[in-house]
Amino acid sequence: MQTDRNFMITLGCLIAAFAVAPLIISDIHFQHLMIMLLLYAALSQAWNLIGGYAGQVSFGHAVFFGIGAYAAMAPLNQWGLTPWIGMAIGGLIATIVAMIIGIPVFRLKGHYFAISTFAVAEVVRELFSNWDWVDGPIGLDAPVLDPGWANFMFYKTKLPYHYTALIIFFLVTIVTFRMERSRMGYYFRAIKQRPEAAQAMGVNISLYKQYALMISAFFTAICGSFYGLYVLHIEPATVLSLEISIKIVLITALGGAGSLWGPLLGAMILIPLQEYSRVWLGGTGMGIDLIVLGALIVLICIFEPRGIVGLYKRFLYQKRNE
Amino acid sequence: MDLTILLQLIISGLLIGLVFSLIAVGLTLIWGVMDILNFAHGDFLMLAMFTSFMMFNHFGLDPIFSLPMIVVLLFFIGLLTFRFVIKPVLGYPGLIALLATFGLSILIRNLVLFFLGPNYRVINQSILAGKTLSFGGLYFSLSQTAAALGCVLMTYAIYLFLSKSKFGRALRATALDKDTALLMGINTNRVFALTFGLGAACVGVAGGFLVNFYAVFPEVGLNFAILCFVIVALGGFGNIMGAFLAGILVGLVENVGGFFIGPEFKYTLVFVLYLIVISMRPKGLFGW
Repeated sequence: MQTDRNFMITLGCLIAAFAVAPLIISDIHFQHLMIMLLLYAALSQAWNLIGGYAGQVSFGHAVFFGIGAYAAMAPLNQWGLTPWIGMAIGGLIATIVAMIIGIPVFRLKGHYFAISTFAVAEVVRELFSNWDWVDGPIGLDAPVLDPGWANFMFYKTKLPYHYTALIIFFLVTIVTFRMERSRMGYYFRAIKQRPEAAQAMGVNISLYKQYALMISAFFTAICGSFYGLYVLHIEPATVLSLEISIKIVLITALGGAGSLWGPLLGAMILIPLQEYSRVWLGGTGMGIDLIVLGALIVLICIFEPRGIVGLYKRFLYQKRNE
Repeated sequence: MDLTILLQLIISGLLIGLVFSLIAVGLTLIWGVMDILNFAHGDFLMLAMFTSFMMFNHFGLDPIFSLPMIVVLLFFIGLLTFRFVIKPVLGYPGLIALLATFGLSILIRNLVLFFLGPNYRVINQSILAGKTLSFGGLYFSLSQTAAALGCVLMTYAIYLFLSKSKFGRALRATALDKDTALLMGINTNRVFALTFGLGAACVGVAGGFLVNFYAVFPEVGLNFAILCFVIVALGGFGNIMGAFLAGILVGLVENVGGFFIGPEFKYTLVFVLYLIVISMRPKGLFGW
């Protein structure tokens, strides 16, 4: 664990670097890449709370992501309601849904929990696909409105999106940092390592798993709203897909689950890898980019099974020994 | 409601359910012994189906004759996967093994896509394909019946192997407690390797039969894999009997329920069934 000062300095430098980067490099693809990177880093950090710290692997975070996306987009589309209210509603609904899912699901252990979250996600996707008010499988398009912060719509620049994503990532990281050294953080880690022992010590494990899932769901929904408003089109097959759920897990695992910087590192590896292999090798429809991606994931696992954070720690350890 | 239609639905559900069972048994073996969720399981199935199809297409070897070869091939693919992908990540957090098999799954699927293309391929000239038996007004597709029978036999063979043979005992001991098994002189790494091979071989049998009535394409494994994750959890992790019965149940729900409520909801029904069961029995139908 880092000290407060250390953490603040690192976070400050990172935020500053991310804030300046799009001003220096005005390439539109690069800016898009940065937004995706920050979005997935924030998503994975949110997942990290429940999956990394509390050790409850969820394959169903697309539920919260989708709820956030639909909560921002549906009122905007139907009534022209400002997406900021939609975003807040989405976060609230996702938190409530997390609470409702949590009651039956947190009696389950390990893999049963993972498969349950996945089953819930699939059921919810099917519900949205057959719900006429949100245009079923076709999905929703954002209406064309005046650009500006009120509608959170910008046509000529990507910078506002970039800074919003950065702020979301900043908030999730601060929350994770505060959580890591609070009483709750210790409870989470105790639940992950020895649930029985934690319970014997008087930790209400299902309640704290519930808290972890609710916090995680809230931020996932915020990210979902942001995603919807950024790409301007959502449909059940994308925002509620297993693909999203899995990608969040992959990034966190790749970076190092249960560590503060793991999700950002994972996103910094996986997202550019994916985007650039697609730009350079994709487009043939033959999946060369995915061959490379799959091979790299396997190689990283084999050679550095502790995630990218493990690599960093090994480096630190060597330096200290010299 | 005509009774024959209902019976027909139940029969088709049962037949496909038995195939699900065998795939799930392979998955639950690996899961139960090593505590690893093998994401590439569906892609092993796809490889089996593709090999069988290629044998038929290029050498005119009927799927039923190439079956033994495919089972052996898949067994070795399982061994190799264990040796090169799983073994290096053993002892690290379970998420990493998950990540590794997921990467492997993407890799296999897209290699096949790259070399063989995304087209759907169907065999309709083989010994089993396209023929039906009729019995008392009910129709049985010959290929599906053969697949169901073959899968039941393989499941039974696995069950016998685990409960009667010396290796089976070693495997069960390893599943219960890896460290103690190691202390008792069991070579757990070898048990793991053979488990992985065995799990893949199950898929080989299923794939070799499926190719007679199911289109072959690079993504074919995905649906099966997803259903089988649910089946394994429904039956109770690592429980062969549970996976077998849950597979049949899922086949029935998918077919009969899908007919009454609408085919677009057939997977949803399976997931809802799982959620209902799991809320009453937190360790699956047959878990303990």
